[in-house]
Amino acid sequence: MTNWSLIEPSNTQKFVAGTLVAIYALVTLLPILWILSTGFKTPTDSIAYPPKLIFEPTFEGYVNLFTTQTRQTEEYLANNPPNNWYEQIVHDKGMVIAGPSRFGERFLNSVIIGFGSTFLSVFLGTLAAYAFSRYKVPLKDDLLFFILSTRMMPPIAVAIPIFLMFRTLGLSDTHAGMILLYTAVNLSLAVWLLKGFIDEIPIEYEEAALIDGYTRFQAFIKVVLPQAMTGIASTAIFCLIFAWNEYAFAVLLTSGTAQTAPPFIPTIIGVGGQDWPAVAAGATLFLVPVMVFTILLRRHLLRGITFGAVRK
Amino acid sequence: MAEIIIRNLRKEFGDFIAVESSSFTVGDGDFFMLLGPSGCGKTTTLRMIAGLEMPTSGEILIDGEEVGTKPARQRDIAFVFQMFALYPHMNVRKNISYPLVSQGMRRAEVNKKVSEVSRILGIEDILDRPISGLSGGDRQRVALGRAIVRNPKCFLMDEPLGSLDAEFREHMAGELRELHDRMGATTVYVTHDQREAMQMGDQIVVMNHGVIEQLGKPQDIYDYPATIFVADFIGSPPMNFLEFEGNLSTGIDSIELDGQTISVPTLKESTSGTLVLGVRPEHVSFNDSSGYRGRVEATEYLGTTQIITLSSPNGPLKVRMDSKERLREGEKVGISFREEFISLFDLKTGKALLSEINSRLDDNGRS
Repeated sequence: MTNWSLIEPSNTQKFVAGTLVAIYALVTLLPILWILSTGFKTPTDSIAYPPKLIFEPTFEGYVNLFTTQTRQTEEYLANNPPNNWYEQIVHDKGMVIAGPSRFGERFLNSVIIGFGSTFLSVFLGTLAAYAFSRYKVPLKDDLLFFILSTRMMPPIAVAIPIFLMFRTLGLSDTHAGMILLYTAVNLSLAVWLLKGFIDEIPIEYEEAALIDGYTRFQAFIKVVLPQAMTGIASTAIFCLIFAWNEYAFAVLLTSGTAQTAPPFIPTIIGVGGQDWPAVAAGATLFLVPVMVFTILLRRHLLRGITFGAVRK
Repeated sequence: MAEIIIRNLRKEFGDFIAVESSSFTVGDGDFFMLLGPSGCGKTTTLRMIAGLEMPTSGEILIDGEEVGTKPARQRDIAFVFQMFALYPHMNVRKNISYPLVSQGMRRAEVNKKVSEVSRILGIEDILDRPISGLSGGDRQRVALGRAIVRNPKCFLMDEPLGSLDAEFREHMAGELRELHDRMGATTVYVTHDQREAMQMGDQIVVMNHGVIEQLGKPQDIYDYPATIFVADFIGSPPMNFLEFEGNLSTGIDSIELDGQTISVPTLKESTSGTLVLGVRPEHVSFNDSSGYRGRVEATEYLGTTQIITLSSPNGPLKVRMDSKERLREGEKVGISFREEFISLFDLKTGKALLSEINSRLDDNGRS
């Protein structure tokens, strides 16, 4: 007797599938593992060949990332003993901390610009998507196509006009300018994604709320928004990932005040030789916000909550 | 509770006329059915009463107050949707209390109301359950609970049993009717299911292509349809139609069909041209002495009754009779009709000819 079934996989199939998933996971996770471990290596260990899998971890990379340092004489070092663990690390190299590096503020810029543009994209996108989904908008299809068409070329193709525009308008190297730019790029994606989600929400929910004594706006806030949370969450994640990782415009349009982390991190490497651990430390920290954001929103990514309330 | 008066109500969507010019009155406490095939304008009519569509022209009066242009939230009505439209992100209790919360009712009072309603509907034990796990019947009850909890002026229901399976629909129909009788609530109920309409309604409006075909009590509509459409739409199998050429004048009480004289209710109008004799399957019987004859083509066994298909000189004819009767295919039989249940129609206008019998009906809805 065989247990052959159309839907239930056999043990062999399960094994093959499991192995493939494991290999895939390994391939995708290896670079992250490399970055994570390099951040805790000494510069010597980081370029050792063959690569060291087992090594003595150090915070040197992280200390280098957050500080600027100067070399000092033996005498000075002897007279000024380190006050704490990170001064100790620097001290051991024959150097002293001159001050904080710019990483903290660049990182903060990334947070402000990334989350700012994400919020704006999702906010405007939700309103636009609701209008496109529910109202009779004149030239609706043409407008939607126009919105989509803004994404039909890579954004960087318009880098030069934008550069000139930003310079004229005084938006170069400002937070507002970068938020505006990323919002403009993300908005078409947000409108299209959210329209799909809102189209899926039966209009009867709003009608029920209208009859239950609510205004259209209240119905939108109390009934449509909770239903659209799944879409809003996934749209927000997409928008954040784009704005967070964007490199080309950031290099082109920011240099100081509003510079984000992506163009900043590669510059770390130039300070006193090739400091791979510091770069890896910066990259590691750079991964954290998107990861946290995704984990926070993952509950909303489960489609399950709406299932079964409507019979179609 | 309240009376609903509809006057010359019209709705156009662009070039399409959904409702042409409806007028009818739903009496206080009536269970009122809007019946018709899909696209006939019944749901649009209901949605206009609810305030979910604005009428192109005409008046809607609820409890003597013109509400045609008011938003839904100011009309004090309750609506039960076909797909229930329970808020999926709230549990049963929250769903039911939602309309009360919007009125700013105090929490203690809301709780009292909700428990009262859930007792009536027998859903006390599921109050704290999420919507997603409920069975179709329970969802139906919750939707009803949300409707009755705030004592609205009237209930509007858009095929509320449409998404339940057949067996359960029967049960819920009974429950709904019982609930209505207990509360005496004015109810307007949209359905395409003629059985449901007959079973539950006090009054039925039959609509087609945005026009009211007939309004009346279920029995009157069944026995004396005002148009060929109604005669065909209601009843299963529908009324038989036998076409003949005739020249009839007022006072006539018989017609010629294939050379045979058939008694009909005394006419009160005269007409000529292609006419239709309509008779329901259960009002046809076999009578060997009748000169009007047909041939048995097929029989369908339905348990207590059977449907026999005959071919007659004027077209096919279905007969409903006791299933004990045994008939062979090909057998020739004499056919007679119950005179008082014969309807005559003018094929061109589709309308029933006025007779001594159908003119006695309440003429309220005749369009």
